[in-house]
Amino acid sequence: MGNTAEKSVANSVANSVANRGRRDFIVVATNAMLAVGAGAVAYPLIDQMNPAADTLALSSVEVDISSLEAGQAITIKWRGKPVFIRHRTPAEIAEAEAVDLAALRDPETDMARIQKPEYLIIQGICTHLGCVPLGQKIGEVKGDWGGWFCPCHGSHYDTSGRIRKGPAPTNLEVPPYAFLSDSIVKIG
Amino acid sequence: MASPQFKNPLVKWIDHRLPVFSYMHHELHEYPTPKNLSYLWNLGSLAGLALVVMIITGIILAMHYTPHVDHAFDSVERIMRDVNHGWLIRYIHMNGASFFFIVVYLHIFRGLYYGSYKAPRELLWMLGVVILLLMMATAFMGYVLPWGQMSFWGATVITNLFSAIPLIGESIVTWLWGGFSVDNPTLGRFFALHYLMPFVIVAVVMLHLIALHRFGSGNPLGIDVSGQQDTIPFHPYYTSKDLFGAMVFLTIFASAVFFYPNYLGHPDNYIPANPLQTPAHIVPEWYFLPFYAILRAIPDKLGGVLFMFGAIAVLFILPWLDRAPVRSGRFRPLFKIFFWLFLADCVLLGYLGGKPAEGVYVTWSRLATAYYFVHFLLILPLLSVVENTRPLPASISMPVTKGGK
Repeated sequence: MGNTAEKSVANSVANSVANRGRRDFIVVATNAMLAVGAGAVAYPLIDQMNPAADTLALSSVEVDISSLEAGQAITIKWRGKPVFIRHRTPAEIAEAEAVDLAALRDPETDMARIQKPEYLIIQGICTHLGCVPLGQKIGEVKGDWGGWFCPCHGSHYDTSGRIRKGPAPTNLEVPPYAFLSDSIVKIG
Repeated sequence: MASPQFKNPLVKWIDHRLPVFSYMHHELHEYPTPKNLSYLWNLGSLAGLALVVMIITGIILAMHYTPHVDHAFDSVERIMRDVNHGWLIRYIHMNGASFFFIVVYLHIFRGLYYGSYKAPRELLWMLGVVILLLMMATAFMGYVLPWGQMSFWGATVITNLFSAIPLIGESIVTWLWGGFSVDNPTLGRFFALHYLMPFVIVAVVMLHLIALHRFGSGNPLGIDVSGQQDTIPFHPYYTSKDLFGAMVFLTIFASAVFFYPNYLGHPDNYIPANPLQTPAHIVPEWYFLPFYAILRAIPDKLGGVLFMFGAIAVLFILPWLDRAPVRSGRFRPLFKIFFWLFLADCVLLGYLGGKPAEGVYVTWSRLATAYYFVHFLLILPLLSVVENTRPLPASISMPVTKGGK
């Protein structure tokens, strides 16, 4: 009698030790599946905030630049943001090319930022916090380097749209674009 | 703390099944409160009042507002011109945000001076900082809704702060916008969240109150209550004191609403949003100016963002930075001086945040920013060690009655 009781206690101890690994497995597997399930549910709830299909569809625009004279600039809207197209004067081009790369915060040659030297096409969004820099219209401040000046926090850009002074970390971005003909440029 | 005896049989019947009346009696009536609270202890209830005013006027405005880029601006103008009493309700909501912040900032400085963040009230303090953060997010999103020039460019600048995060920054900003710029999807989600957040604030305020009632209010002497002789019941003593404070507050608030409704706003926000033109001088609302000054003082994008958020984060760990055992600034001669210097520094930062980021303003912003952090990270920890505090009274009653009672 005592013997059997002892045996059953010993058995159950042995059992629980043997089962511990299996129980851990069940707990870990359940938690892992819960995590996967929670992730699967969370993903669409979070991703819905990313740009919708119709927003993504509005992503290219064609511009006629034939009437743009040297020294003039136009602003067009692409993806809800301004894009600057400046027809640069020879002096501005020379100035942009002559810059010593070592003097730049975000070193980039003028050549790398253009397809045709006379047309500089850049996003008119300050790389600091997204304001629209001044310098497009006649009479606007163009900053110390004759390019653009951001009124929000005082960033100066040169005639290639490169950051020269102020808090912005990088040059004004060059959007993807292509010249469809001499006068039509497609942005996006 | 015996259960109160209610005379009304209906109240009695309900309370037996759902003890809300006992609960209210316990927390709002007999709740023992230090008897030496000054008017600086009115600010908590005033903040609660401001929150209620904001929620009521906000729900009404939502009934008339259209969260769409083509209609938002006009729908707000319609509220101002055509909706019955719309002008009043909107001006209350608009100025209410400012007055909410005025009250909360005073509440925070009260806490800083009297050491309200010290043990055992650390969590109470930290919950308060959470409320401040939620308020800032709510106020920011609310300011975007009228879709004026300041709304649009404020939203652009602030959401762009996240682009400073290395690697994933740009994707986060696109995700926040739901597009490639602040646009209709952004407005829609800001409206939804602006409606949600106040209720989150209410929930955190509840936690704030639970934490408060655990040990009760602090008091100007900063010593613990030593017994019943040091406290009075909340009602009618502090209900009437709070009510009087509320009347004074509402008088000032009403003067702003009726006589200077646009004094704290920016005229630029009455120009519809234009994504192709940034206003010449963009500044946030006054309550963000000190933090804006810190953002601009750092000549590095990520650095500026980190310091700006750091200015609030440092408040979270304040209970562990100031280790001085004496709570109240009254008994800390050196701390008292530095407290006023710090307050002046915050006001200076606010002034600088409203100025253009150039010339001498940049230099001053950097000095003021440096001092802000020096105060928390250097001066307070040092004071806890070196300061000779003045002797504390034996009890709250002592300084008045000269006896132990």
